Amino acid sequence: MNYNWNWNIFWAPAPDGTGVYFWWLITGLGWTLSTALLAWAIALTLGAAIGTLRTTPMKWAVRLGNAYVELFRNIPLLVQMFLWYFVLPELLPKALGDTMKQMTPPWASFWPAVLCLGFYTSARVAEQVRAGIQSLPRGQGMAATALGLTLPRTYRYVLLPQSFRIILPPLTSEFMNIIKNSSVALTIGLVELTARARAMQEFTFQVFEAFTAATVIYILVTLVVVIGMRWVEKKVAVPGLISASAPPLAGH
Amino acid sequence: MKRISRWFIALLVGCAVAGPACAQDTLKKIRDTGTITLGHRDSSIPFSYYDDKQQVVGYAMDICYKVVDAIKANLKLAKLDVKLNPVTSATRIPLMANGTIDLECGSTTNNLERQKQVWFATTHFVTANRFVSKKDANLKTVDDLKGKTVVSTSGTTNIKQANEINVEKKLGMNIIAAKDHAESFLTVETGRAVAFFMDDILLYSLVANSRNPSEWVISSDALSVEPYGIMMRKDDAAFKKVVNGAINNLYKSGEINKIYSKWFLAPVPPKGVNLNVPMGASFKKVVANPTDSGDPKDYQ
Repeated sequence: MNYNWNWNIFWAPAPDGTGVYFWWLITGLGWTLSTALLAWAIALTLGAAIGTLRTTPMKWAVRLGNAYVELFRNIPLLVQMFLWYFVLPELLPKALGDTMKQMTPPWASFWPAVLCLGFYTSARVAEQVRAGIQSLPRGQGMAATALGLTLPRTYRYVLLPQSFRIILPPLTSEFMNIIKNSSVALTIGLVELTARARAMQEFTFQVFEAFTAATVIYILVTLVVVIGMRWVEKKVAVPGLISASAPPLAGH
Repeated sequence: MKRISRWFIALLVGCAVAGPACAQDTLKKIRDTGTITLGHRDSSIPFSYYDDKQQVVGYAMDICYKVVDAIKANLKLAKLDVKLNPVTSATRIPLMANGTIDLECGSTTNNLERQKQVWFATTHFVTANRFVSKKDANLKTVDDLKGKTVVSTSGTTNIKQANEINVEKKLGMNIIAAKDHAESFLTVETGRAVAFFMDDILLYSLVANSRNPSEWVISSDALSVEPYGIMMRKDDAAFKKVVNGAINNLYKSGEINKIYSKWFLAPVPPKGVNLNVPMGASFKKVVANPTDSGDPKDYQ
């Protein structure tokens, strides 16, 4: 390797005069987190709703939910990013499409990125919610009906509280995925963490330092998510119910 | 296995610490393997790109092949295989550092900050930050833009320089940022701005591909200049001497004019568009007195 390492590069002033390169990465991280968190809110809300719909006795709702999941799950994320960014404004009424295109940067790429990530991840969350509900013994729903609970109440008080506890670990993965997937938004011009690392190596040619820093920041952020979700798991655990925080069985 | 990994780590750490001492002898490597690997870009028209037959062509490629001939002669090799390896702006440094490519032939800006990482051969093109406007607007110098609305692409050094000169000369220009070059150009085309600041080579290409190339004019006034160079590993003086020697010979013999005309003053593949970029004064100076300086001051 003929490479000139320079770890002090992070404290060198960036060419746009807004501070040092380290600050560049931090502002990039800001965009990464705001994109991921907003998208995660969309993904959880829509995913929970659609996933629940897919387990109801209503045939049309199940079909609708299936179609939704397959649509958003079967198209590569990168392609979806382009569809939201380039194709959607053309399909909307002209005035609305022009407004979308003329939003000042970075909003013009921020909102499509949030929507794209939100909808894409919602399909994956929906699939997990469905699996969580269906993993419950059939007797649970029947018992609720026998007690005289209506369908919405059966979900609200019996099925969803249990299934959400079961699917917390895979939801943790989805939460981490949405943070990492937000890097795809750089293809539509959002200057988030990865884009910042790329720009930094463009200017300085210190490619390994730039991407090492980005890697470490991603790991730290996802570690925070893991620890946070572990805490949630412990907090909501019901003794006796299957949960990741249950002590492992002896001899396992 | 353990021993191999220990060696590997020792090598990595050793190179990281030793730095220049670990420099590779590229000429020796080329002699031993009988191959040279050229890094090229995939769509940097007309410097280095794939044409309609999926061949790598371009101005920088032609120069690189001349360099390859010189290396072959220098090493007295009967046969020298040329391998081509596509690179992007993100991969060119790692691939150069780990020895995958020996020369990078494209449109890479040579500046002092980058020279801490790699070396550049004699400058093979000089681009400058200029503005394009409609001919009938009659805008010749930056001062003509006083109080007008101008555009540049967000996140570029060009918009930064436009902002700087705006403050420095108290021009009172309203500078708007567009998201990409096409949009910036469109902003001027539709009359929402009168001028677009960008690297002149990109402006020439936008004009050449526009609906009516003859209605546009590119300013002779330049805010800054940027030399392009062929990249090679740092601290390999013997290799650089051969590379620079080959390029300087092209300049001395005047052969560069033929290569330049082929790519900048005649139709080029894939679409047969003529970019029509006459050789600028700064580059003419380089041809007369070859330099590989990364300091823009040396080109003004």
